[in-house]
Amino acid sequence: MQGNQAMSEGAIYAGAKFFAGYPITPSSEIAEECSKVMLKIGGIYMQMEDEIASIAAVIGASLAGAKAFTATSGPGFSLMQENLGLAVMGEVPCVVIDVQRRGPSTGLSTKPAQGDVMQLRWGRHGDQAVIALCPATVAECFFMTVKAFNFAEKFRVPVIVAPDEIIGHMRENFSPPAPGEVEVVDRKTPSGPPREYLPFTADPDGVAPLASYGSDYVFHVSSSMHGPDGCSNNDPDNAAWRVAQLHRKIEMHRDEIVICKTFSTEDADILLIAYGATTRASRAAALELRKRGVGAGVLQLITLWPFADKEVAMLGARAKAVIVPEMNYGGQIAGEVQKVLGSGADIRRVNSYNGEIITPQDILQVMKM
Amino acid sequence: MAHATGTKYLKDGVLPHMWCSGCGIGVMLGAMLRAFEELDYKRSDTVVVTGIGCTGKADDYLVTNALHTTHGRALPYATGIKAFNPSLHVVVLMGDGDSVTIGGNHFIHAARRNIDLTAIVINNFNYGMTGGQVSGTTPGGRFTSTTSWGNPERDFDICALAEVAGANYVARETPYHGWELKEHIKEALNKRGFSLVEVFSPCPTHFGKNNEMKQTREMLDWFKMRGLPADRYRKLDDEEKKNHFAIGKLVDRDNPDFTTRYEEIREKAIRGSKEQA
Repeated sequence: MQGNQAMSEGAIYAGAKFFAGYPITPSSEIAEECSKVMLKIGGIYMQMEDEIASIAAVIGASLAGAKAFTATSGPGFSLMQENLGLAVMGEVPCVVIDVQRRGPSTGLSTKPAQGDVMQLRWGRHGDQAVIALCPATVAECFFMTVKAFNFAEKFRVPVIVAPDEIIGHMRENFSPPAPGEVEVVDRKTPSGPPREYLPFTADPDGVAPLASYGSDYVFHVSSSMHGPDGCSNNDPDNAAWRVAQLHRKIEMHRDEIVICKTFSTEDADILLIAYGATTRASRAAALELRKRGVGAGVLQLITLWPFADKEVAMLGARAKAVIVPEMNYGGQIAGEVQKVLGSGADIRRVNSYNGEIITPQDILQVMKM
Repeated sequence: MAHATGTKYLKDGVLPHMWCSGCGIGVMLGAMLRAFEELDYKRSDTVVVTGIGCTGKADDYLVTNALHTTHGRALPYATGIKAFNPSLHVVVLMGDGDSVTIGGNHFIHAARRNIDLTAIVINNFNYGMTGGQVSGTTPGGRFTSTTSWGNPERDFDICALAEVAGANYVARETPYHGWELKEHIKEALNKRGFSLVEVFSPCPTHFGKNNEMKQTREMLDWFKMRGLPADRYRKLDDEEKKNHFAIGKLVDRDNPDFTTRYEEIREKAIRGSKEQA
């Protein structure tokens, strides 16, 4: 199965009933798959006039009760940012898949990159947090898409799944699990008297229940600063509470959201920190280093945002050197690692930005081996 | 039956509203709420989607479901709501900036798709909320805060745009024609497919002030003198047409809407047939 297809099937497994998108390489297979499947499962596929409209329709459908998603790549992801901010502000569950390709601008549209890492986190105006996941295998494409829907529904946030082109187009043996084998979470809905429903408060878990348009619970959602009832509210105390709450509901579930995998890190002197396709090259490099008598291990970041600071701090403190291979010029994750480990840490960057993959040999070179 | 007031859809304690004296948005909102009442719309089955700008403030006055969106994008949000739950009444309130300037692409595609939404567009020929700048519907030569010596560009005819893009229903009214406005909103709400009601509105604060119609009455007179029922307008020659505009129902047709077509295709997909729908 192909990575893109696995994400599409993961979304359906998670209960997605609405897809709106706009074709773009290297994500189009997801739309094509959905255009066929949605008809047969009672869902809706819509090809919108652009990516701005796609994410808007997804948010609208979610408020009408659908688990909804879209898929795109860098240029389209840029167009979605403003409306993605509404999903944050309006606390609307939804999933966006960004299959990363080499930029800037139109760039090399069929080639892989990991240049959107900071855009995932900081691409929207204002002051806000999101969750972003990055699979490295076809199986992870499936499971992390299910996970993305679960996080979106549970925390009423947009969640981004951001593989690179290699992972989106790669084929591996994978059979999806049977229904019920993997946990699927549905949003919490209100249960009290409809007249008392306040969609923008916070239960002890940091999240208020969300009704659907058409139910007995009539409600307002707004891109503007709003009070607990969803109507405009310019009170500074309310604004301060809301901005903090939008961050807090992610922070308070940080340990559940941050997913990492480790490979032979127990005694690692050399720690490779990788995500997406570079995880695969890093594992091969670590195996080779061990053959040559060097204790190397890999920390794979599946959750890119919020950043795995605790995990990096713990394993990084034990290592003599940290290597961060990534398909971007600036070392977008390497910078975060540096922030955690401090300026004195030995952090070696391996960057590719020519549209080609990073090989195990590229990584070994930085070890001068 | 007593006259509908529409107040049951209005939030308690929100009047007087925030719009300037002489603005047509309040008249439009009143007409829409009376139309809701006459059609016996339930609050829970009704979703009002708004954009940004003066008209975009309307949701705060309502006790129906509401979604206040981003500038120009109200239609695709509404499209997602309606496509997923076609049983809802989805009404989209926009200004001329939202509908045909920043959001022009969404406007023509919503009409082309013929999705069963009702768009009500307040056209006040300029950007009121931000201080009266030029918009896509400011007539050529007119003065705004960013065209101090006259607008070098031409304006969009919103109704004509909706017609050629495929809308099933198109009407235009002004606040001077309050009863007709309500009737046309009712027809638009009842129409299956994309429907548009354009409402020419005075903006005495900005457009009027900049164009020698400082008093609301002067702008209303302008609408009264120049607005002609569609059949009379059509009989004018091109030179006369320049001084008038058509009001009333302009388009009324019954092409299949998005949901009808989608469900036809779904049936074929389930049967596994590839013959053209």
